[in-house]
Amino acid sequence: MKQEVAKILSNIEIAKDIWKMELQTGLAKMAKPGQFIEIEVPPFFLRRPISINEIKGDSLVIIYKILGEGTLQMTKMHDTIDIFGPCGNGFPIEDRDVLLVGGGVGVPPLYETAKQYLKNGHQVDVVLGFNDQSQIFFEQEFKELGCKVQIATMDGSVGTKGTVLDAIHEQKISTSFVLACGPLPMLKALQKEYTEGYLSLEARMACGIGACMGCVVKDTSDHALRVCKDGPVFPIQEVVL
Amino acid sequence: MIDLRVELPGLHLKNPVIPASGCFGFGKEYAELYDLSLLGGIAIKSATPKERFGNPTPRIAETPSGMLNAIGLQNKGVDSIIENELPFLAKYDTEIIANVAGATEEDYVEVIRKLNDQPVVKAYELNISCPNVKHGGIGLGTKPELAAHVTKMAKEAASKPVYVKLSPNVTDIVEIAKAVEQAGADGLVLINTLMGMRIDLKTGKPLLANVTGGLSGPAIKPVAIRMVYQVAQAVQIPIIGVGGITSANDVLEFLNAGASAVEVGAQNFVDPYVCPKIIEDLPKVLERYGYASVKEASGRSFRDE
Repeated sequence: MKQEVAKILSNIEIAKDIWKMELQTGLAKMAKPGQFIEIEVPPFFLRRPISINEIKGDSLVIIYKILGEGTLQMTKMHDTIDIFGPCGNGFPIEDRDVLLVGGGVGVPPLYETAKQYLKNGHQVDVVLGFNDQSQIFFEQEFKELGCKVQIATMDGSVGTKGTVLDAIHEQKISTSFVLACGPLPMLKALQKEYTEGYLSLEARMACGIGACMGCVVKDTSDHALRVCKDGPVFPIQEVVL
Repeated sequence: MIDLRVELPGLHLKNPVIPASGCFGFGKEYAELYDLSLLGGIAIKSATPKERFGNPTPRIAETPSGMLNAIGLQNKGVDSIIENELPFLAKYDTEIIANVAGATEEDYVEVIRKLNDQPVVKAYELNISCPNVKHGGIGLGTKPELAAHVTKMAKEAASKPVYVKLSPNVTDIVEIAKAVEQAGADGLVLINTLMGMRIDLKTGKPLLANVTGGLSGPAIKPVAIRMVYQVAQAVQIPIIGVGGITSANDVLEFLNAGASAVEVGAQNFVDPYVCPKIIEDLPKVLERYGYASVKEASGRSFRDE
């Protein structure tokens, strides 16, 4: 982990309220898929934890959704940005085929993960869930990598009408090993159906490095886990949601 | 050469900068970033007799120039801290202050007795000011007679100096400070967080699961400065100032207000390197304002010149 003032190479809207920022930074060399960086957004006090979408040679791509004043302010940043990281453990890269499941703003960290599984010669199924057509992003990018991509929308405007699990059932996707990131109801539903895999959690954080105990969840034996340091990625059956 | 050293009961600080309890864990995470021996001391996270999970989440909410927290004294209990945390800290050349918390007076005594024979702990910081627990904590810290009584019991149990960390959520902090001084406190830590609250506009409900939380960060610095200034003129025991420090200038302001040393809290979350940065800047700031030592700057605001 280190702190750095990174150069913003681009910062553009790619779907409704969804923005993509590319940063030139030495942190790229240290980063793993599923990790996050802590971003300073003046004048706000706390850093924003944002997952890493793609790791390039000397740059990192992040994708963020405008959810409040801080992320709105991020859309106005164009020169440099103070970042700290990479934080957290990241997704394990195992030697097997994988099903990647993303919901809404949980989609971004799966992209670099997909790249690494494909690079190792594995089949990558991707199921992405969104509320409606206007919020869909990264479908094309996953396809271009060589993933098999299915979309679910709650209003049925694109793909399967319903949740990501409805799409998995409809498409009869049988891959047993799942990596997922998305809203809590989605992660809970996956916990009921899958025994093998990992879930990436989102949390309100202060420090981002494991010191403040602000972002804890419990494991199945009632012990505290820090989302920022012990996670954000946890074995699917070992974290209580 | 500016003299940064500070001598306090039980504490030989090489500089006046101490990360505040609850904002630094037990040092392990920050030790990955810099050498903890740079620090004057470390106020480690609260210890209670038994393991506490703390409050439900969300525990964190941002505010203008600060944050609310409602962690609820999460810790693995004093025995686990002795076994798993103190040996790591013993490797560093810095003064360890153990923050002691509990639900009853007996809890404080039990934790202190267990820590007495841990040589790495140089002093105690009695946490009678946590706003995020239902029993103990702030309940003991807002009435002079209760604060004095738990201080007296802690002093009787303790083989090391006892500092008492006071709550700002009181009408007259001077009255409480005098009461704990009379009860035998070796020093004071001013201030803990201010009780606050935020509401989530999407739900119309409190944002923190605990409803209220403790406000920290630059937003509370003027309150802390005022309280240090008032208390420093009313007591003879030393004060460690804490509340919203982000820079060496802030440290000097606390020293001028009457503090002998300082703790740095929430800014560790924003800039994990803030403590070593302040330590590096402090000699320059002291020199700029004409001080040869930390000691010289302490209490200037009310000294006749």
